[in-house]
Amino acid sequence: MVHAAKASHIGGCLSMADILAVLYTRILRIDPADPQASSRDRFVLSKGHATAIMYATLAECGFFSLAELDTYCRDGSNFTGHVSHAVPGVEVSTGSLGHGLPIAIGMALAARHDGAGSRVFCLLSDGECDEGSNWEGILFAPHHKLSNLCVIVDFNKIQSFGSVAEVLNLDPFAEKWKAFGWQVEEIDGHDLAALERVLSAVPAASGRPTVVIAHTVKGKGVSFMENKLEWHYRSPSDELLAQALAEVGA
Amino acid sequence: MRTTFIESLSQAASENPDIWLLCGDLGYSVLEPFAAKFPDRYLNVGVAEQNMAGIAAGIALSGKTVFIYSIGNFPTLRCLEQLRNDVCYHGADVKVVAVGAGYAYGSQGYTHHALEDAGIMSMLPGIEVFVPCDPMEVRAATRLIATSGKPSYLRLSRQGEPNLGAAVTDLRKPRVLRDGREVVILASGPIASRALEAAGELSGRGRDVGVVSVSCLKPLDEAAIRDAVRGASLVVTLEEHILRGGLFSLMAGAFAGDAVRPPMTGMGIPEQGGKTSHAGSREALLDAAGLSPSAIVARIEHALAKR
Repeated sequence: MVHAAKASHIGGCLSMADILAVLYTRILRIDPADPQASSRDRFVLSKGHATAIMYATLAECGFFSLAELDTYCRDGSNFTGHVSHAVPGVEVSTGSLGHGLPIAIGMALAARHDGAGSRVFCLLSDGECDEGSNWEGILFAPHHKLSNLCVIVDFNKIQSFGSVAEVLNLDPFAEKWKAFGWQVEEIDGHDLAALERVLSAVPAASGRPTVVIAHTVKGKGVSFMENKLEWHYRSPSDELLAQALAEVGA
Repeated sequence: MRTTFIESLSQAASENPDIWLLCGDLGYSVLEPFAAKFPDRYLNVGVAEQNMAGIAAGIALSGKTVFIYSIGNFPTLRCLEQLRNDVCYHGADVKVVAVGAGYAYGSQGYTHHALEDAGIMSMLPGIEVFVPCDPMEVRAATRLIATSGKPSYLRLSRQGEPNLGAAVTDLRKPRVLRDGREVVILASGPIASRALEAAGELSGRGRDVGVVSVSCLKPLDEAAIRDAVRGASLVVTLEEHILRGGLFSLMAGAFAGDAVRPPMTGMGIPEQGGKTSHAGSREALLDAAGLSPSAIVARIEHALAKR
């Protein structure tokens, strides 16, 4: 998709691929045949730029055909370069960072009010934790004991212009969330069993909202992309695409 | 206006269990009746308007109708991108309610003066914008937006404003506050009372001046407004808002393509003049902005004399 559309953000797609795989195969109570069921779990992709992997996941789950992915970023397609709610299975459009968490909080409040048993999962990038609106939400959710809310941070350590540590350091990251009152789980974001374990525990027995700090590798699985800032922007050539596909065994 | 709003909203909420109200830690001595009656549908989110707007969108996307309430610029400009993306792009059923229109918070200073809000809100896709002039219009507007199913902006002043005309029949159409055909003043918001004062003064000088409240800025009923000003020698717009982007701009845009259109002059708060660093009551600040009844009279007489 990214190669065909000459699009970007493949690095941040690969860092969260395992997270989406576990969410969509083991965790989320959703039905592609009834995508608007009121009792469904919600998934809010707040790092809306990493949408190629989102669309691909939804296609694999049966929300639409794999062939539709070929329209990604093409004229007239619903498959825009930042995630779009015009695509079946996508709850909300994002792209400007710092929007997803407050929306997810609203969904969690409504779900609790309605007693529907829905859980709300929201995936943030690490760089987007620079946004103040996230910290408004991070303060809010534990105060209201939103245990049906789970934030996952794709902590791949690289943001748009350099490493997170250089641009605007988040550390001590887990301690910040703990201080705000969250149930904090810190795991290897490519460990499928660990992901399933912590995500299955939502809603947390502690009554708190959960944050999963998923330590990931930007460009995971493709040797020349791993931990390389440039793959926030570049689109692979024909040769590099072939190499990448061979490396991930696609 | 605030009290009328919360009474009307409480009535609507008693009929519709999906109506929620969020506030940004403002509304002391106003919102309590709603909070007491509907504690599970009322939420003070704290001093965090971006979060409030996003939360409202999330609740609305779960099938609710959500009102968010704060002062002037806070639930509008502070969270503008949330309103654009999270609310309007998704068509989420969120109603933004701002108190302190224009100079209503006079002496509190420039940060509390809402001078650009109506124009900026009007630019958002799919939103409906209401600027009522009196409590009767506030009641009608609250009832209307509670059931419209669309993103909406309701611009309120503060409290104690008098009713300025007969009962509201259709809030989406211009409402005649005073008959008169030679000059028609189109006014939005409680500043319409100054238009009525000016019209009374001009009447004593032999002029036939009508005053029409245009409370629904979007969608603008252009045909009904054309009817309201048809045959007038002069149309004056009057608003407690900077001229750019507000009532005057909307009217100018509406009439621009007409082969025959009445001469029009706009009265509002000048962009630089509105940036006052002085304390002052609403009345004093409006006077200083050139919007006293006598200034309105003078502008109209000057415009008529030029013809």
